[in-house]
Order: sequence, then C-alpha cells, then structure tokens
Amino acid sequence: MSGPGKRDDALVCGDTIRKTYSMGAEEIHALDGVSFRICRGEFLSIMGPSGSGKSTLMNLLGALDQPTSGILEIAGDNIGAMTSDQLAGLRNRSIGFVFQQFNLLKRTTALENVKLPMLYARERPADLNAAAKEALDLVGLSDRLDHHPAQLSGGQQQRVAIARALVNHPQILLADEPTGALDSETSREIMQLFADLNKGGVTVIIVTHESEIADWTRRVIRLRDGLIIADERKQEPLHVVS
Amino acid sequence: MSFLDSIVAAIKALRQNMLRSILTTLGIIIGVASVIVMSSINAGARQKVEQHIASLGSTMLSISPGTSRRGGRSGGANSAPMLSERDLKAIEESVPNIIGAVGEIRVSATAVAGATDWPTTIYGVHASFPAVRSWPVAEGRFFSEQEASAGRRFAVVGDTIGKEIFGGANPVGAQIRIGNVPFEVIGVLAPKGQTPGGRDQDDMILAPAAAVRARLAGRDETVPDQLHAIRILFADGTDLARADTQLREVMRVRRRVRPGDPDDFGVYNIADFVRARNETAATFGMLLAATAAISLLVGGIGIMNIMLVSVTERTREIGLRLAVGARKKDILVQFLVEAVLLCMIGGVIGLGIGVGASSLVARLADWDVLINANLVGIAIAASAGVGVFFGFFPARRAAQLSPIEALRYE
Repeated sequence: MSGPGKRDDALVCGDTIRKTYSMGAEEIHALDGVSFRICRGEFLSIMGPSGSGKSTLMNLLGALDQPTSGILEIAGDNIGAMTSDQLAGLRNRSIGFVFQQFNLLKRTTALENVKLPMLYARERPADLNAAAKEALDLVGLSDRLDHHPAQLSGGQQQRVAIARALVNHPQILLADEPTGALDSETSREIMQLFADLNKGGVTVIIVTHESEIADWTRRVIRLRDGLIIADERKQEPLHVVS
Repeated sequence: MSFLDSIVAAIKALRQNMLRSILTTLGIIIGVASVIVMSSINAGARQKVEQHIASLGSTMLSISPGTSRRGGRSGGANSAPMLSERDLKAIEESVPNIIGAVGEIRVSATAVAGATDWPTTIYGVHASFPAVRSWPVAEGRFFSEQEASAGRRFAVVGDTIGKEIFGGANPVGAQIRIGNVPFEVIGVLAPKGQTPGGRDQDDMILAPAAAVRARLAGRDETVPDQLHAIRILFADGTDLARADTQLREVMRVRRRVRPGDPDDFGVYNIADFVRARNETAATFGMLLAATAAISLLVGGIGIMNIMLVSVTERTREIGLRLAVGARKKDILVQFLVEAVLLCMIGGVIGLGIGVGASSLVARLADWDVLINANLVGIAIAASAGVGVFFGFFPARRAAQLSPIEALRYE
C-alpha cells in the first residue's frame, strides 16, 4: 500500500483506541481497538452503518471526547491526557466543525456567525471582520455578509458554516454528514467546495453513510461494530476535481 | 472570550428575546422601585416629623393639671385643681433660664362671622404666645399684655379660620362672634399646617386669657384665675431634666402635694412626646422597605427560572460554542453576565420609576424628595447581586453540558 505522505506528515495517529460506554450493567464497546494514521492534506471519508462507531470516532477526532484506552494524537497532542480547557483550545486552533444541521446562531448575521470561533481564540487577528469576510469570500458568500440564516438557502447556510470552520485556519476540517440536509445538486456544490479546499491544502475528514459522498474522497475508512473493516485508498477520486 | 465580548454577546441574546427579557426583569424593576419609594417615603415622613418637632420647640416644657405624665389632656382632671395665673407668675420668678412663659385656657366654641359659622377651639393666652411658641403673626398684630389685662376682646385667628370664615379676605378689623361674644380680629397667625397625626394646627382662635376666662369659660370656684396649661420656653442649652425637676418642686409646693404622694400635675416636653409616638411610624416604614426587599428576592427567582429555560433552549448553541473552542468558564461567564445584565437593567429602570414615584409622593405629601445616594448604590448593587446569586446555578448548568450531548440535543 502506498501511503500518501511521509511519517512526519501524520496529523492524526490512533493506536488501538477503545471507547466503552456503560449502559446500566451492560458495557457497550463503541470502538473496540482501532488504529489508523491520517496525514496532512488527506481527503478522507469515514463510512459505516449506524451503530458502527463512526459517530464515536468522529467525536474523538474532533477532540470532543477522550478514548477509554489507547492513544490518540491530534496535531501532536495526546487527547487522552488533556484537560477540558486544553481540549477546547485544541478544537479552537486545529479543528473546524461542519454539521449536518449547520448549527448557525439564529437571528445572527453570517459575518457574526463566522466571527464566533475567533472570539474564543487566544491569539486573534487584529481585524475580526476582515478575517471573517476573507473566510466568507473563500466559500463564495462575500455578498451575503449581513444575511441571517433564515434569509439563506440550505446550501448557503452550509457555506457559512464552512467559512466559520475555516476562519481560525484549522489543520483539520471535520464534517459530520455535511450534505445530509441538502438536495443532490447543492450536495455536489458543497462537495466540490470541500474538494477545492482540500486542493488548497486543508485536511478534510467527512463522516457519511452515503457512498456518493464517499466517492468524492481519496480514502475511505469503513467501520462495522466498532472495528475498521476496510481502509481503501484511491489514486484519483471518482469525481474529477476541477 | 474577553469580558467585553461576553457583555456584547449578552446584549445580543437579551435583544433576541426582547419581550421575555422585559417581562423577566419586571420582578426586579418592581422590587427596586418599591425599595426606593418605601425608603424615600420613610425618610420624607421622618423629616416632616422632625420639622414638626422643631416647630414645637424642643426646649419647651408644658405643665398640665392631673396625674397623667403624658398627653395633652390630663387623666385625673376632675380630681386635680386647675393651674392658675399665680402658678405662672411663681414659676417665672423662681425657675432660672426661662425665656418666656405662656398660660393657656381652652374653650370649644362656634365662631360666627357674617353668615358663616365654624366650630373651633378658642385659646385664651398671654401676649407672650408668639415668642414662646415661635409662631409669628402673618397679618395685623398680636395683642399686648396691657390690652389683655384691660379685658379687651381682641382675637388673632389661625390661618384656617381666615380662609374658612372670611373666605380668604383680610379679616383684620372684622368682627367675629365667639359663643355669642363679639371679638375684634386684629391679626392672623402664620400657617403651621397639619401635625403628622393629621390635626390642623391652624384651626383655632387666640384671644386674651382674661377675656376668654371672663366671657367664655365657665367660672371655676376653686381657681378663679384658672389656666389649662402653662408652656415655658427655656434658653437654648438648658438642662431640661433639671428644669423639669425645678418646675415640679415649685408646683408641688404650690399645690401642697405631700412628700411621697405622686404629682397631681404633669410636666412634659411635647417634642419628646411626638418623637416617641413617631418611633412606631418609623419602625413601620422600615418594615415596608424590608417587604419591598423581599419582592427583589422574588424577582431574582424569576430570573433564575427564565435563565434555566434559556439554557435548555440554547443547548445546541452551547454545544456549538463548546465545539468551536469555548471553555466551560466562557460558557459560565456568558450566562452569568446575561443574568447580571438583565438584573442591572431592571435595577436601573426600577430606580428611575422609584425616583419618579418618590417625587410624586413627595409632592402630594408636601415634603422634600429624600433619596439617599447610598440607597441608590445599594439598589443597583443588590440587583447585580441578585443576578450573580440567581444566575450562577443556570450558568453552571450550561457550563457543565457535555459538548457531544449538547450538539445532539433536539
């Protein structure tokens, strides 16, 4: 197997990660010892039916949760050994989240929504408005700065959410079913945007259960019952990135 | 997130729920407003009482017959003989530091002028009245001691009499019939207003004691030169307790009270008497202010309730904020600032309403607007304190949400 990057390019490193939830007396192994490496610049999808552990893996990759055992390193930090404030800092600096339901603040302009992650940053740009405009420009929404989410289409709302995810220049863009609430035409546009961003150097991880979405990516990790059952790499994704 | 950012975020959040924010602060508004109003009414009423006490003359002692030590009318008036002109003279001669003394004989009668008749109280007094009672004549003049002892039937009327019987026209020189005896009005007293108890002090007529005794009061066989009360004004700085003792000694000898027997007369300081009676009113005022403070507390519970609702409603927002890098502390501060801001806005509005209402009450009750600057500070600080106290629990609940569960919340 020809890895897409050298060893020092590893951005995420997982080693026999287990995540166990106790439901009363019963213990549920959401992840039952998975190991993987994700390198800088990858365009990756994580697939699996519900209950496969893909949501759990996404929460771990997003530093929203910590493994029960095993080692998970993101951008050089050991997730399992960090305090909740340190995790918050890591999420702020290194991870950009995109959600199925966009999760924009209602009655708040696109610009203000995009500014939000910078408000929690330890080092923030001198001009927050300029930085937010730049991010909105990147997703092609520079003419919708003062629009509220309710005044935007689903695709536009997701673009605002992507701009928000990008504004702190994270190392990983983590998208959870990003096209789940969009029609197929808009889904294609959003996936094209991810592909373009990836081409620009952003590591993109997409969690999905749709193979059409996974077809856009160059690597697919398939989960079932808490285990990685396949890790496929493609020389070229099915959709040609323009 | 900087503190300023938190305040900006809180203002945005409150504006998004404008109506709810206003309704929520209503409790605080009412609480602060009523604390302000109650204490300013309390202070205003107290000041009015103090002014009244000062106008009574705080260095004046009054003597009345009877066993009662307190109260204008004596308890055992029937058993004890009346005071007399001779008592007054003896006191003036033997007690030091006296500025002036005035005797008083009271008769209830109907005063008639023209077609108007008016039941009132006639006070037979001496020429020293204006000086001893610090109660000047506003129009005309007071009668002299010579005129009084010559038995002249002069009358000096109170302000209310001037208005009610003479309809505001200058009554000086007019005739007034008191209990069918004609008197000539020679002066009008300056208005003094109501006592804190609500009695109109200006509803009365003054006339020379000799004329009142001879023509209006029934004849007293035992004390032909009777007086109902003697009021003695002492110089400023006089030891009133000593003066009281001296007065009692003189009066006991004059009235032949045997050693060991209780006084058959009373000596009292009206100022003390009024002050004591108003202690109760002051306590009542404090109680009202305390009740108002309780409504502030109730307002705080309202704030806590609505903040809990807000935290639940905004669970996904909290999840998102945590995902993009907010620390627990950031979320805590955000909701705490919201609660405190809500309370302080309520406090400021309540303060405005309280000051407005106090001014209105002060105008109606005719006293000064008394709003203690400390109290204003305390009201604002208290509303902020209520915000911190009642905002902390909801804010902590928000801060302790797990980002995963918060993001998944429907």
